[in-house]
Amino acid sequence: MRIGVFICHCGSNIAGTVDCASVAEQAAAFPDVVFSTDTLYACSEPGQDAIIEAIKEHRLTGVVVASCTPRMHEPTFRRAVERAGLNRYLFEMANIREHVSWIGKDMQANTNKSAELVRMAVAKLRLNTELKPKFFPVTKRVLVIGGGVAGIQAALDAADAGLEVVMVEREPSIGGKMAKLDKTFPTVDCSSCILGPRMVDVAQHPNITLHAASEVEAVSGYVGNFEVTIRKKSTCVDWSKCTGCGLCTEKCPAKKSYDRFNEGMGHTSAIVIPFPQAIPKKAGIEKEHCRLFRTGKCGVCAKICPTGAVDYAMRDQIVSVKVGGIVAATGYDLMDWTVYEEYGGGRYPDVITSLQYERLLSASGPTGGHVKRPSDGREPQSVVFIQCVGSRDCSVDRPYCSGFCCMYTAKQAILTKDHLPDSQSYVFYMDIRSPGKGYDEFTRRVQEEYRARYIRGRVSLVYPKGDKLMVRGADTLMGTQVEVEADLVVLAVGGEAARGAPHLAEKLRISYDAYGFFMEGHPKLKPVETNTAGVFLAGSCQGLKDIPSSVAQGSAAAAKVIGLLSRDMLESDPQIAQVNAGRCIGCGKCISVCPFKAIQETEARGLPKVEVIETVCQGCGVCNATCPQGAIQLSHFTDNQILAEVEALCRF
Amino acid sequence: METIGLHEADEDFIREVEERSGQALSRCYQCGNCTAGCPMSFTYDYPVSRLMRFIQAGRKDLVLSARTIWMCASCETCSERCPNKIDVAGVVEACRHMACRAGKDGVYAVKTFWDAFVLSVNQHGRAHEAGLLAMYMFRTGRFWTDVDLAPKMLPKGKIAILPHRIQGRREVAEIFRRFREGAADEEAVRSRLAAERRDDVVAAYSGEGCP
Repeated sequence: MRIGVFICHCGSNIAGTVDCASVAEQAAAFPDVVFSTDTLYACSEPGQDAIIEAIKEHRLTGVVVASCTPRMHEPTFRRAVERAGLNRYLFEMANIREHVSWIGKDMQANTNKSAELVRMAVAKLRLNTELKPKFFPVTKRVLVIGGGVAGIQAALDAADAGLEVVMVEREPSIGGKMAKLDKTFPTVDCSSCILGPRMVDVAQHPNITLHAASEVEAVSGYVGNFEVTIRKKSTCVDWSKCTGCGLCTEKCPAKKSYDRFNEGMGHTSAIVIPFPQAIPKKAGIEKEHCRLFRTGKCGVCAKICPTGAVDYAMRDQIVSVKVGGIVAATGYDLMDWTVYEEYGGGRYPDVITSLQYERLLSASGPTGGHVKRPSDGREPQSVVFIQCVGSRDCSVDRPYCSGFCCMYTAKQAILTKDHLPDSQSYVFYMDIRSPGKGYDEFTRRVQEEYRARYIRGRVSLVYPKGDKLMVRGADTLMGTQVEVEADLVVLAVGGEAARGAPHLAEKLRISYDAYGFFMEGHPKLKPVETNTAGVFLAGSCQGLKDIPSSVAQGSAAAAKVIGLLSRDMLESDPQIAQVNAGRCIGCGKCISVCPFKAIQETEARGLPKVEVIETVCQGCGVCNATCPQGAIQLSHFTDNQILAEVEALCRF
Repeated sequence: METIGLHEADEDFIREVEERSGQALSRCYQCGNCTAGCPMSFTYDYPVSRLMRFIQAGRKDLVLSARTIWMCASCETCSERCPNKIDVAGVVEACRHMACRAGKDGVYAVKTFWDAFVLSVNQHGRAHEAGLLAMYMFRTGRFWTDVDLAPKMLPKGKIAILPHRIQGRREVAEIFRRFREGAADEEAVRSRLAAERRDDVVAAYSGEGCP
C-alpha cells in the first residue's frame, strides 16, 4: 500500500500544543507511508485539493488525516478521497484535537501522543479493504408520534408533500396542550380558532391516517424501513359506528367524573367526548369512573346509543405499520407542583395551575368562560400569579427555565382584566424572559395598560385567612417582605418531559437528557435530527418551547423526512458484520446478543450456521466481541485491524 | 447614597464566608425567597437577600456590622425555601462567627445571651438555665424580661436552681480548652477550615444543573 499522511494544524487549535511538522516527519518513517506533510486546515478547500493532488502525484492507495473528531469531518475527507478515485474506506482519521491538543498543554507529550495515534491509524489502514454500499428501497410513509401542534404541523407538511402519514396520539383527541389554551400570546387570538382548522385538516387529509387513543408499542427495523406496532386502546366504543352525537354523554349517570380535558376544573360524564372541537369527535368510556365497570350495574349508554356503537367487551387492538421515517412530537406535561408545601401542596382549592386557569378563562371550559373561584364560585377581585413554580429551582431538581411561563402569565393577567374589569392582578416574577417578536412589548403592555402589578421576588408562603388566601413574598427591588390578600392564586407551573418519554425514547433507540427530553443530533446544527437515522424531533419533547417554535420545528422535521424519503433507494452502510462460514460452529451466541435481530440461523451442508441480514445490521459489533470462534467479523473493524492498532501502540 | 466601587470587592472576605459556611455564594440569583419567608425580618437593618448580595459584592464591614446577622433566629426557613439549596442560615451563622472574631460589638443583648450560654456550657457541661438567665439579666440590666414565666416553669422542673451534674463535664471543658488554644491561632483555624471544606465549595461550583 502507498499511504499519504496529512497532519492538520486546525489553525492554532492543534498547532498551539502539538508540533505538527515533527509529527509529519515521524510519520514519514511508518511502514508503507510514502508521503507525509502538515497542513494549515485540512478540511478547507485548498486543504482537500492538496490531498487529492497528493493522491494523484504520489499514486497513493490510502490516506490518513490527523485532525479533529471523525464525527465532524470523516464524511468530508471520505468524499475528498473518493473524488481522487479511491474507495472511501481506504481512509483513516486520527483525532489529535479532542483527544490531544485540547486536553493537554505539554507540547512534547502531545507531539508524542499524536505520532502514536497516527502510527495506529496507519497500521489499521494497511489492513483496510474496499467496501461498497448496497442499496435498498424505502417505505414512503412517515409515523408522527403525538398529535399536538408540533405533530400536526409535521404531519400536514409531510402529507402535503405527498407522503403517507400515520399519526399516533395517546389521548382520545388530537390537539395536545394548545387545544386546552384559551388564547395565545402575544396576539391574544383564540387558540382553538387557529388550531381547530388544522385539526380538521388532519382528519380530512387523504394522506393521513389517525390513530387516537393509541400508543406506540414497539419499533423495529431501521431508517427507510421501520416496523411499528401500535396499540389502539379500548374505548369501549366502536368508532366506526360512533357519530359523535353526544346522547350517551347526556344520559350517563356518572356525571361527577374527573374531567381530564378541563384539568379537573369541572365534572364530566364517564363516557365522554373530550371537547366540542375534538378530532376525532368520538365518545370513549373512562373505565375508572364508569358505573358498569365499577359496580356491574348500568349500561345506559349502550341502550341509548342510536348506532349501537358501545361495546363493553371491546379489547385493545394491535396494528402493524411499515414506515420510512419517524417524527417524535410527544410534547410535555406540567411538573407535579404539589411538592410545594408552602403553596398548600394542593390542599387549597383556590390555588390552581395556569393550565387550570386557561380552562376557567375558556368559553368552552366548565364555567363557560366566566372566571369563578373553584371553592365558592365567586368572581375573584384580587388574582395573584406566582411564576417559576417548578422552574429554575434546584430544590425540586428543575434547574431549567421553562421558557413560556413569563409570556402566558402576562397573557392571563390581560385576560383577567378583560373578564373582570374591577380585578387587580399581582405577578411575582424572578426575571421576565420575553425574547420573541413582540414579546417584550406585550409584557410592558400588561403593566402599563392593564395595570398588573409586577413584583420582583419569589413567594415563600400561601396560607388561608378567612375565605381568602394570604400570599407572602419578597419585593427584592424595594428590599422588603410583602404580603397581599388574594381571592385566587395561579401558579405558573413549569413543564417537564411528557409522562413516559424516556420509555418511548428507548423504543425509538434515541437518547434523552437527565430530565427526559429527547436529545437532538447537534445543539445548533442538527436541531430536529437524532443520532438514530430516520428519527426526527418536533416540539417540546426536545426541550420546552412555545407555539411558534413548536410549529417551526414541526415544519423542520417534516422537511427532513421529506428529504429522506424523496429518494427511492437508500445506501446501506457497509460497515456491518460478516460471517466466515468455515469458522462458524452455529452456536447462536451472536443471535442472542444482537440488539437489532439482524442475525438468523441457517444451514450449510447439514451443519448449523448463522447469516447476517445486511439491511438490518447496524454495525454495533456486539456479535464480533461475543463470537468464541472469531467467525463473525465487523467489516472495517475486524479483530485483525484492531489488533494491528494495539500492536502499533504497544510495540516497546 | 454613596457610590460603591465594584473593584473594591473584598475577595478574601467572599472566599472566607464560602469556606466557613461551605456554601457557594455565586449560586444565589437573588430571587428573594429567603427574605419572603423570614419571620425575623422586621428586626433587621437589611433583609437577608440583601445581606447575601452584600456578601457577593464583598462588602465586609457592612456585613459584619449588620444587625441582621445577630437578629437571625436560625429557624432555617430561608435554607429550607432556597431554590438553589443554599444554607442561607449557615451563611449568616458564618458571618456571626466572623463578626465575633473581628471584635465587632454586635447587638449587645443577643451577643450577651450567646456568651452567657457558651460560658454556662463550659462550666457545667450543659446549659444551666437559671445561672444563664441570671448572668444575662445581670449583664443587660433586663431584670424583668420573661420573669413572669418563672413561677410556671419552676414547679415543672424546666428551670433548676442548682446546675445538673452531668457526666463528661470534664470532657466538655476539654473541648473548650482545645478550641481556645486553636482559636488563638486564627490563621491555623482558617487554613484548617479551608482544607476541610474546600472540596464542598469546589463541588458546589463545578456541577452543571443541580448540586
